[in-house]
Amino acid sequence: MTVLSHYSALALARRALFGTSWARAWRKPEPRKTYDVVIVGGGGHGLATAYYLASRHGISNVAVLERGYLGSGNVGRNTTLVRSNYQMPGNTEFFEHSLQLWEGLSHELNFNVMLSQRGQLVLAHGPVQLDVLARKGNTMRLNGIGCELFDRSDVQRFLPFLDYSTHCRFPIYGGLFQPRAGTVRHDAVAWGYARAADRLGVDIIENCEVSGFLRDGDAVSGVETNRGRIQAGRTLISVAGHSSHVARLAGLRLPIESHLLQAFVTEPVKPFLDCVVSFGAELFYISQSDKGGMVFGGHIDGFNSYTQRGQFPKASTVAECAVALIPGMSRLRLLRHWAGIQDMTPDGSPFMGRTPIKNLYLNGGWCYQGFKATPAAGWCMAHTLAHGEEHPLIRHLAIDRFERGNGSDEYGLGLWTYKQ
Amino acid sequence: MLRIPCPHCGLRDYTEFLYAGDATKQRPAHGSSEWRAWYEHVFLFDNPKGAHLEYWQHVQGCRQWLVLERDTSTNAVGRAWLARQGARS
Repeated sequence: MTVLSHYSALALARRALFGTSWARAWRKPEPRKTYDVVIVGGGGHGLATAYYLASRHGISNVAVLERGYLGSGNVGRNTTLVRSNYQMPGNTEFFEHSLQLWEGLSHELNFNVMLSQRGQLVLAHGPVQLDVLARKGNTMRLNGIGCELFDRSDVQRFLPFLDYSTHCRFPIYGGLFQPRAGTVRHDAVAWGYARAADRLGVDIIENCEVSGFLRDGDAVSGVETNRGRIQAGRTLISVAGHSSHVARLAGLRLPIESHLLQAFVTEPVKPFLDCVVSFGAELFYISQSDKGGMVFGGHIDGFNSYTQRGQFPKASTVAECAVALIPGMSRLRLLRHWAGIQDMTPDGSPFMGRTPIKNLYLNGGWCYQGFKATPAAGWCMAHTLAHGEEHPLIRHLAIDRFERGNGSDEYGLGLWTYKQ
Repeated sequence: MLRIPCPHCGLRDYTEFLYAGDATKQRPAHGSSEWRAWYEHVFLFDNPKGAHLEYWQHVQGCRQWLVLERDTSTNAVGRAWLARQGARS
């Protein structure tokens, strides 16, 4: 590590004065023949896993294989929200660990990920829904996670531009506010982890698609790629969205279907929404970006697809939600919309840990919650790969939990809520 | 917009239909207590990137159950037929 490659105010001033160009943030190495660990998938999770393997476990003989370019997948397709308002045992601790890692991440990586802890307000549109939020708030507080229960007048003082009219279809009864929730600049997460991992010796290999797994008896011993054969002590599949597709190359079938989730951004307007708001009557969440665009998303399109192209009816539903919540948005124009591929699992929770095949590990099934989990997922998978045994925070996320009748039902509605 | 060629109603928007998943799955025999077969039927999916046979019900039309050929990597739609004719037709 040289002084010049460290990002600081001094480095910025030096370049401004002398006009020297910045060094490439990560190398473009040729793949070696053998690594201790090969990570399939250069998304946020794969890069974070590589970084924590090198920085916390001293394993830097690691390759991250990315089919496209860094940031081309779901790490750059989400709505950038981070929060830890979960209520199932295991999930609460895991997502809170993730939020704590987010809080120190810019310093840790020497890369500004622009964490903005503007808070998130989840709305209730009926007395029972408010009771459920109160219970969730109690669970959070018992785990040391700060939150506040708002009644209708609190919400009205806090966000005066929501729809409080008497004819409103879904009147607002109150909400649960987590002040430490917020947004992160998602591209910076991929670039920051990549640069920090690269500096510790990790090889990040872009345009490298895995086409098969090498076998040594009943174990996986590496991968076959379009850039040659790579041997690995341990191999991690970290390709959420495509988990079924890649796992099938190793002969595994998973409890996963791939669905599309769309996100939207409007033309920029002056700042007026200074927190993240989640509508309680439909799956809908909205924030305002630093550039002024309203960034929002809704529910999955409803049938399995790998196209990364959303269907129009969902865009229409999501726009209706936006106007139902914030009537003032009715004349805003959409600037862009895009879709990402989600691994949907029966209980809405991911799969992390060992697979039935020796030396093959899986981190997938993230449904719509993968982005906020990035640091903790990397942290826990690095531990799991280094020790050959699951980190305590992810023991409830084992791949065989449905065989054991032991799903982790975060929504409290039974399995397959995404199909209902 | 995904459009589905319903054998009764012609080419209709997918929003008139209910999606009901992989049509190639075989339900274990009635009364079977083979837990592994049930586990695979209920929980495991091929979830292919490419050709897929799937059930749709035309809930806002003729209400018939259909089997549809669709490519999950492009959303290109092929033939559709009545589910009572069987998944392979």
